[in-house]
Amino acid sequence: MTPIINTNNSDRKKRWSQAIAFTIFKLMSYSVVAILILILGFIVSKGIGVISWDFLTKAPEEGMTKGGIFPAIVGTLYLVLGSSLFSFPVGIMSGIYMNEYAAGSKIATFIRIMTNNLSGVPSVVFGLFGMALFVNTMGFGDSILAGSLTLGLLSLPLVIRTTEESLKAIDFSYREGSLALGATKLQTIRKVILPMALPNIITGLILSIGRVSGETAPILFTVAAYFLPKLPTGIFDQVMALPYHLYVITTSGTDIEASRGIAYGTALVLIFIVLLVNILANVLRNYFSKKVKTN
Amino acid sequence: MKRFLEKLVEGALLLSGSITSITILLIVIFLFKEASGLFNSPVIEEGYVLGLNKANPVKDLNSYQIKQIFDGEITNWDEVGGKEEPIEVVRLSDLTKYYTEEELGASFENIPSKASELTSKHAGIILFLPKEYIAKNFNGTLLNHETLRPGDFFGGKEWYPTASPSAQYGLLPLLLGTIWVSLGAILLSLPFGIAVAVYLAEIASMRVRNFLKPLIELLAGIPSVVYGFFGLVVIVPFLQESFKLPVGETALAGSIVLAIMALPTIITVAEDAMRTVPRATKEASLALGATQWQTIYRVIIPYAKSGITSAAVLGIGRAIGETMAVLMVTGNAAVIPHTLLEPVRTIPATIAAELGEASAGSGHYQALFALGCILFLITMVISISIEFISKKKYN
Repeated sequence: MTPIINTNNSDRKKRWSQAIAFTIFKLMSYSVVAILILILGFIVSKGIGVISWDFLTKAPEEGMTKGGIFPAIVGTLYLVLGSSLFSFPVGIMSGIYMNEYAAGSKIATFIRIMTNNLSGVPSVVFGLFGMALFVNTMGFGDSILAGSLTLGLLSLPLVIRTTEESLKAIDFSYREGSLALGATKLQTIRKVILPMALPNIITGLILSIGRVSGETAPILFTVAAYFLPKLPTGIFDQVMALPYHLYVITTSGTDIEASRGIAYGTALVLIFIVLLVNILANVLRNYFSKKVKTN
Repeated sequence: MKRFLEKLVEGALLLSGSITSITILLIVIFLFKEASGLFNSPVIEEGYVLGLNKANPVKDLNSYQIKQIFDGEITNWDEVGGKEEPIEVVRLSDLTKYYTEEELGASFENIPSKASELTSKHAGIILFLPKEYIAKNFNGTLLNHETLRPGDFFGGKEWYPTASPSAQYGLLPLLLGTIWVSLGAILLSLPFGIAVAVYLAEIASMRVRNFLKPLIELLAGIPSVVYGFFGLVVIVPFLQESFKLPVGETALAGSIVLAIMALPTIITVAEDAMRTVPRATKEASLALGATQWQTIYRVIIPYAKSGITSAAVLGIGRAIGETMAVLMVTGNAAVIPHTLLEPVRTIPATIAAELGEASAGSGHYQALFALGCILFLITMVISISIEFISKKKYN
């Protein structure tokens, strides 16, 4: 009889250790949520009072201690736009090549390894590289063009990966069906594959916009300006940018204490962009996945 | 015509595909090109020379020795391989201690001859003067051909680019600072990340998972400068209070911020790895009477080991390369750290903080690009080792 009692004992012990372990895991998981709520809650509560129509539409005044952040918002918008103009077409084309033309080949493997490597390169190295190539060697100077290209290269791996994965998710029978009807490969991609993959690709592109709008290190030496009295007029102008603005007014402003309020407001605007981008991406994802199911 | 168009498009697509590879190649070329001048740049300030007495057997001083001599940390020539003789440091401004202003001349036209005379008279002298004040028949030894040696950079214990006469470009304090902060971060976030990954992959219901996943994605989306700002106004004062520190900007503050930032990466990669465990393997374990928890730590975690390793390595990679958040919370003191409660400076933070003030082509500028090369190489090693780890799994 002894063995049975032992089994019961170890059974209880097993159940106990499971209960304890699971509780710990659950607590740890929810503490991650708590951290997120702490960060968001802190910045929202401190920053919400600063946000006003004037804050969003006026230029900084009195050494960044008063006024708004309009030029920084415009600058970030230009940089997002500029980098997207470069990274979206190149990234999508690259993804198409890897999945539709070179899938499984040595070239695709090589490109994939290089793309992974590029996505591991720290953002400050992109900044160094952008400064050496675009600003100095190509002679663009500190400009929207140099900053956009640097940011575009930085977000390229994300766009490529999203495109490739979206294409991979499409069942092979669609390609065969189209080809069997006499369509060429290009027609198949353009008329069948891309429209199907587009929702997922767009979701990825939106997320990459979120990433680009928050990057600071790559624009430090390629485009960002501490303060500009007027808005940029061409692609060879410098701009102010939201993340850089937050960095300078918290670390090296003329009066750091006095510009704290502006800093909270700027941080809140950045958080708001990220929230917007994430919600938009999630809504799109859910909407399209439902649509696919009902089809 | 149609065939031609197809080929044309394929070519354009291939070209786009090759851009990432070209970029990597260009990064390598430009980083190393800009950094390559470092070991050709002079040890002391451009346009200056060091003069010694003719009888002094010392012919060769490295960057760190020069700095120590001028800081008064080395006071005798026998410490740098010379004779027993006290060192006498003479800068341009010190000449007035030896000669009156009349003797030096109204427009300092006599400095060359007086400097030469001074050097020949004082056995322990080390003279630091602009080149134009050195007479043609200078009566002493000149140490002006020295260039920075690899040892000064790779083995240098001080980073002090504005030091005069010899700027210090020592890698060690920055490298150690980076390692300390990153190690601290990974030690904090790895247990957390794995626990959350296990919870998401094996324990949580679908509903809870659908709630947690977007939140973790959100955590990954917050810009690093916002993390830095949060660290600066919340974590830094908190650490200063609770540890009674003179300043709260410490390696620990950097580690905490980086730990939060690395969490999403670790969670996502580790969770994906645990999801690849075949259902049959799990069910076999459960059928043998193992509890769910036993299955997790005896079957699932060992099976997903390579994925979890990738997660850790990726997390370290993110931590090492992170710039803005670390720059804002670690205090940026370029000294070799002894505890996590001291200010440190990391490699990326140094580049971000100093590149703006280094003039293009100067030794400082080249040294910062050399730091960029080091950072690039570290991340390449990390990327390649992840490639290796994940390949091993499939073999």
